[in-house]
Amino acid sequence: MKSSVITFPGSNCDRDMDVALKKFGFKNKMVWHADAELPKSDLVVLPGGFSYGDYLRCGSMASKSKIMHSVINFANSGGMVMGICNGFQILVETGLVPGVLLRNKYLEFICKNVFVKINDKKNRYFKNFDNEVLEFHIAHNEGNYFCTNNQLKEIEDNNQIAINYCDENGKIEDQFNPNGSIKNIAGIFNKEKNVLGMMPHPERMIDKSLSGEDGSLFFKNLINNLK
Amino acid sequence: MIVNEQVAVDHGLKKDEYTKICELLKRAPNITELGIFSAMWNEHCSYKSSRLHLKKLPTKGKKVIQGPGENAGVIDIEDNDAIVFKIESHNHPSFIEPYQGAATGVGGIMRDVFTMGARPIANLNSIHFGSPQHKKTKNLLRGVVHGIGGYGNCMGVPTIAGQTSFDSSYNGNILVNAMTLGLVKKDKIFYSKAAGLNKPVIYVGSKTGRDGIHGASMASASFDEKIEEKKPTVQVGDPFTEKLLLEACLELMAGDSIIAIQDMGAAGLTSSSIEMASKGNLGIEINLNKVPCREAKMTPYEIMLSESQERMLIVLENGKEEQAKKIFDKWNLDFAVIGKTTNSKKIQLYFDEKKVADILVKTLVENSPMYDRKWKKTKLPKKNKIKKEDIKHLKIIDVLKKILGNPNVCSKEWIWQQYDQTVMGDTIQKPGGDAGVVRVHGTEKAVAASVDSSAVYCWSHPLTGGKQVVCESFRNLISVGARPIAITNCLNFGSPENEENMGEFVECVQGISEASEYLKFPVVSGNVSFYNQTKDQGIKPTPAIGGVGLIKDYKNMITMDFKEVDNLVLVIGKTEGHIDQSLFARNILDEKNGPPPEVNLFNEKNNGETLLKLIDNNLIKSAHDVSLGGIITAVAKMCIKGKMGINIKKPKYLINEIEYFFAEDQGRYIIEINKKDFKKVSDILHKNAVHFDELGTINENELYINDKTKVTIDDLSTSNKSWLTNYMSK
Repeated sequence: MKSSVITFPGSNCDRDMDVALKKFGFKNKMVWHADAELPKSDLVVLPGGFSYGDYLRCGSMASKSKIMHSVINFANSGGMVMGICNGFQILVETGLVPGVLLRNKYLEFICKNVFVKINDKKNRYFKNFDNEVLEFHIAHNEGNYFCTNNQLKEIEDNNQIAINYCDENGKIEDQFNPNGSIKNIAGIFNKEKNVLGMMPHPERMIDKSLSGEDGSLFFKNLINNLK
Repeated sequence: MIVNEQVAVDHGLKKDEYTKICELLKRAPNITELGIFSAMWNEHCSYKSSRLHLKKLPTKGKKVIQGPGENAGVIDIEDNDAIVFKIESHNHPSFIEPYQGAATGVGGIMRDVFTMGARPIANLNSIHFGSPQHKKTKNLLRGVVHGIGGYGNCMGVPTIAGQTSFDSSYNGNILVNAMTLGLVKKDKIFYSKAAGLNKPVIYVGSKTGRDGIHGASMASASFDEKIEEKKPTVQVGDPFTEKLLLEACLELMAGDSIIAIQDMGAAGLTSSSIEMASKGNLGIEINLNKVPCREAKMTPYEIMLSESQERMLIVLENGKEEQAKKIFDKWNLDFAVIGKTTNSKKIQLYFDEKKVADILVKTLVENSPMYDRKWKKTKLPKKNKIKKEDIKHLKIIDVLKKILGNPNVCSKEWIWQQYDQTVMGDTIQKPGGDAGVVRVHGTEKAVAASVDSSAVYCWSHPLTGGKQVVCESFRNLISVGARPIAITNCLNFGSPENEENMGEFVECVQGISEASEYLKFPVVSGNVSFYNQTKDQGIKPTPAIGGVGLIKDYKNMITMDFKEVDNLVLVIGKTEGHIDQSLFARNILDEKNGPPPEVNLFNEKNNGETLLKLIDNNLIKSAHDVSLGGIITAVAKMCIKGKMGINIKKPKYLINEIEYFFAEDQGRYIIEINKKDFKKVSDILHKNAVHFDELGTINENELYINDKTKVTIDDLSTSNKSWLTNYMSK
């Protein structure tokens, strides 16, 4: 399986994502934001970080990068595109996934482990997953997902919510919502479910010495689904 | 502008210093030159009050690659890997403008580290605030934490440990000390020593603006009621540009075109160019019209004294300019050839084709003033006798809960959660343990780091306090299973012109020297911050020690959370019952007098090394050093972290329960072992003449004392975790 990770000026989880993808069997290439063409890929990842310093609006400048034309074309032709954290913010800015990401409700950066519940398994990201609940790690300042009522209805009707913040038993309640996201949304798909944006960082949970190992489950499952 | 004595005094120079400048130049300086002298001769850059005493610090050792004098210290961690690290203060700016002050402190220290070719892999910080009741404290704390996070998070460097304290002596002068560790290959370390003639001098990074002019001078003076007016002297940070600068510099460093590199920190272009010239015994000629400026019509004076952030000065090999420029273009950073090295041994500046400064480098560096300030020795205070009637009504559990909720002991989760602790994917011990630990990427090795200070002990008896802080750093590293290698120190004190404050400095340095010499734990870098003082009131002496150690196989790292029911808990080290200056004495008995606990360096070393032996033999399940709040506080924290309880039996000592549980005697650790290993463990402890007590056995979720009183761990956890969150949400 071939993957590509895009490096924007200010990306800082690009290396971590490269390490994780390679660990689980992807042949990964790093791609510079100013390049025009994507290498042949089965998966494209927009990594976390602070592209363009989060100036103007998180993800907005990166979404206009040269490489993004190729990424958008790739996504529109059914290619798998995953945006993590700042990558999610970039996806939102391109319009590939609906909604916006506001500042966290308590106006503070949050770095901690959270639980998320998989909402939908009829897609190539979560298909065949044994678990319902995963322990993931978040680190962000703008992860407060918001959209209009009409958008929300559409998202729900199409089953576009990927994961929701919850407790260890999968209970989705306000008290387990770390950032004020609407409906505890931690990640969403586009309509076709080939594009996934999510705030948690699975690449930070890929061995037992780190914050946890549920990231390993995610990547193992993902590469199997893509084969 | 005509320069005279008054103008010099307005620049923070003393009258006799101005006379000396005129003698050295054999003329009066012009305004640009005066600015340069004031920047180079202030306390912050010249170390004029501290130099004499800093010489006492042991700085050499088998593992030391580079000691003090460079941008940061460097130690050997084997296999051609080295760690570059340093701590630095940003106290004065952080009080005036907490967000930017703290942010640029973090940015500055990371630049010091990557200037040497190392990729930053961990950040730490030691931050100290006034009394929680003081009207400024909450906003300062919030601003500083946001600032540290704002910069470090954006850079993508994890913050792995830190220390926060509150004391009314910081009401008018908070402390913000930032520390960074970087990883470099031993044969790819870069230094600031210029070499060779007619080599291009290159300016890279952000443009120069009018921010931060005289920042270093501001940091070399006491505060008064007009301090708010000094806001323009605080620099403004741009972590995004620094991230680009980091990547661009590391890309350039992968080649062989750099001769010397120096970041523009305090006193900006002035100190960086002079430092490179001085170390290389060369001259430097700069055309100031070539310096990229953010604002129009900046004068030579402003350009030389600006402390705009995210800038570097590089001496390149001839002919490598184009290749270097390409890299900086790629990262959208300014790149300008602004001058060259010369054999004049002078700093010569040109602007609009006129010479605007012409000074022998030697006069700015070697001839800078050095003072042997008067200082007063602190006598060891007399011990207090605790009266029975003062403590007989006290219930241990109630006191424990109070201590766990004390601002200086309570959980600092509210702070850490705002720092990215896990980016780079190698953090294996996060804030809240004895030390932070990161793996050396792609290897079995891990590096542990901690930052410590004990202002109360240093205030009570500076010599003992100085020793104690080094020992505490040593213990914190050992508690996670790391072999201590070296330290960096940030020496925060009041005015050196006050005999008492100067005495605190001299004796703390003496104490640090003795302990680091004995423990073979040398000082490889550091910084001095004087004038942490508002009007006549100085802070408590607060030397902060950043320690670094190595874990050869990261799988053998130790954490402090209790692991398994029925395991045995032991106390290593003897408990004498020293209560004076303990958290218990100061906060529960309200007794502020008396000496700090004695430091016995032999025991420190022996107990620590013996614990490392136990760890090497895989006999330790968890460990934690005993510090503020004594044995019971240490044990309670291990319970809270592990979500397990303990049945404690006080050993039959002569001292009473209060003394046993709350004393802050030094050189002690709490360890958890498997019952079946007891004989092996006690044999090793006996063989090494290490005293130990059997304290108790781990249970599911309650803390029992002598089968009489008990409390649930949830209850203790609430006491520990609620104070800071509640305080900040009010």
